[in-house]
Amino acid sequence: MKLEQIAATLGCEALVCLDCAIDIDAVVASDGMSEILAFSRPGALMLTGLTNIQSVRTAVVADVHAIIYVRGKRPADPVLELAREKGIPIFLTQRGMFDSCGILYQAGLKGAM
Amino acid sequence: MPEELFSRSFAVRGRDFEKAGEASTEIKTLLKELEIDPQVIRRVVVVAFEAEMNVVMYAEEGTVSFVLTDDDIGIEVADRGPGIPDLELALQEGWSTATDEMREMGFGFGMGLPNIRRNSDVFEVRSRVGEGTVVTSRIGLDEHGDGHD
Repeated sequence: MKLEQIAATLGCEALVCLDCAIDIDAVVASDGMSEILAFSRPGALMLTGLTNIQSVRTAVVADVHAIIYVRGKRPADPVLELAREKGIPIFLTQRGMFDSCGILYQAGLKGAM
Repeated sequence: MPEELFSRSFAVRGRDFEKAGEASTEIKTLLKELEIDPQVIRRVVVVAFEAEMNVVMYAEEGTVSFVLTDDDIGIEVADRGPGIPDLELALQEGWSTATDEMREMGFGFGMGLPNIRRNSDVFEVRSRVGEGTVVTSRIGLDEHGDGHD
């Protein structure tokens, strides 16, 4: 599924808009960064409610290709700057984690584990 | 004896949550420039990042070092800090002594040392209570582990 389709499905606002035509076939969702490191796989989409700078650093380390922040939580500017520098598209959805995961699962996406 | 090709060391300060992870992401950049296999890079950087976060969360200060040889990549993360009283417990997934502040940073859910071990071909942790901890890991260049047990 294309990242731009995923973003539209969740009614996302784009915060760092880079190449949104990339294909995503797996999702990892957690507020715990070690969980992301342990259970994602390269190229995954990350859903999280953690909006600090560590969320982007974790995405870099885990080779996550895009982040969607859930629950309407908006990251600070330095977080977005780092994401831009590292080439990671960032989106924001007002939906909660459970609903976001359910909607994406129903749309055909699977967990990265 | 494997030949040493490249090495680098980074200083890490305890409680500096804004900079936490910078050393590990710098290591990733260096290893990419050295054209190391992406799967190997991922394992090395997960090890470095988890260990670096442990220094930031628990210790006063520390160093993150890596050595590339023609055989493998060695990572050593050494800190001056409280040490780990019970290593066996600390290596259990889900066991944690983290504070709320650490959890708000997205860490401290009892996955750090287990993540380091699962991504390492050789793993060792030595700790003295009241002095500090040294985590060492080696990851073979010809290994293609997926980072899972």
